[in-house]
Amino acid sequence: MALAKRIIPCLDCDKGRVVKGVQFVDIRDAGDPVEVSKRYCDAGADEITFLDITASHEDRKTTVDTVRAIAGQVFIPLTVGGGIRTLEDIRIMLNAGADKVSINTAAVNNPEFVREAAERYGSQCIVVAVDAKRVSAEDEPLRWEIFTHGGRNPTGIEAIDWVKRMVSYGAGEILLTSMDRDGTKIGFDLELNKTVSTAVNVPIIASGGVGELDHLADGVLKGEADAVLAASIFHFGEYTIREAKEHMAAQGIEVRLD
Amino acid sequence: MNNVAVIDYGMGNLHSVAKALEHVGTQLQPKTGEATEVVVTADPAIIAAADRVIFPGVGAIRDCMAEINRLNVGEIVADAMKAKPVLAICVGMQALMNHSEENGGVDCLGFLQGRVKYFGDDLRGELGERLKVPHMGWNSVKQQAQHPLWRGVPDNSRFYFVHSYYVEMADVSKVAGLSAYGKEIVATVADSNIFATQFHPEKSQNAGLTLLRNFLQWDGGSG
Repeated sequence: MALAKRIIPCLDCDKGRVVKGVQFVDIRDAGDPVEVSKRYCDAGADEITFLDITASHEDRKTTVDTVRAIAGQVFIPLTVGGGIRTLEDIRIMLNAGADKVSINTAAVNNPEFVREAAERYGSQCIVVAVDAKRVSAEDEPLRWEIFTHGGRNPTGIEAIDWVKRMVSYGAGEILLTSMDRDGTKIGFDLELNKTVSTAVNVPIIASGGVGELDHLADGVLKGEADAVLAASIFHFGEYTIREAKEHMAAQGIEVRLD
Repeated sequence: MNNVAVIDYGMGNLHSVAKALEHVGTQLQPKTGEATEVVVTADPAIIAAADRVIFPGVGAIRDCMAEINRLNVGEIVADAMKAKPVLAICVGMQALMNHSEENGGVDCLGFLQGRVKYFGDDLRGELGERLKVPHMGWNSVKQQAQHPLWRGVPDNSRFYFVHSYYVEMADVSKVAGLSAYGKEIVATVADSNIFATQFHPEKSQNAGLTLLRNFLQWDGGSG
């Protein structure tokens, strides 16, 4: 047996409730994050990712309380993202029981923040979330750029160089979301994943676009992802974590089934 | 009262391990009739008075050892090792060894004879596939010896690992569990009343919680 590929359900949370937007717009309510996390943990999820999509300062206390409640009942790794901007934000989340924090916009605004965070808390708890969008034309070599604010704000930063830079600054893991695919249910951007995964030596979590179980398997087999993240296919009961793992195992992927 | 001290020397997130211990302590109480109290502390008196001790650690070894030396944690751990069950986790286990090659080479506590080595930048699996470093995720652990902490944990259970350096023990008879990531790696060490894990039991769901529950009931013996 070898290291298992991880399946990570993602909880997008707004004011203490799990929601999932289709391309960040159409919001449907999917439940209480503590109950949802516990259900996924019992069902065999390998980690939980909690993304605070409101990230407004007034609601910060709700988020911290929710993270604390999840961490008291869920004994698998918990990553918290959304609005992580300072070392103090990281400290608060780790103290609330998060194992890792995911940094996105703050890394773009101030790349040195990632270096400081990794030096202070260790690379093992610093995930850099990268939202990438294809910017190359049909007949050009593939090229992706970094976007912030749910894909609305272009930065002009080339994605592969950016990921390499983030890893050299101490990012221990990359959460890679295709902004072209997020919410579409047509599968991961496999070229993006494979390109990033071969460019760096830290684990890559593929995200954005999962609509069926084959997409998860493709993320590993073709996209060379170390972990696959999905939200809506699990939240709305289309598939269970167990079904996803059995489907992947049937395709020869090492997963944790015990 | 079953008092557990989690040694806090400023390195990383100790809330996960404290919460997991409280959780299994609550589960045990109806059976044993004894409550578990978990304290995260650097106070030598509290640690000396505890029934059992957790020696955790995350991050880079140089920073860990600097804090261990500054706060005299080595002496606290040495005292605990003389008298009560001790569970060392992750970098806590590595800190017990003689030496780590992380950060250009750092001398560690030397309470166990072993060296801590880097996985390497071109780590390959059995089929020649590239393996990333850190070794992050769920890997299976082959039990090497019977031990009270393995009670109720199926052999080859998966545990959650996250590390870039691994332990090589001088005395392989002290290796209680092995895992594999490009090479055979020490997953757990058992030496009289000390048990050490490279993985994080507090993040390893059922298998990890069973191990922690066993630790709360362990008398430090081998039977």
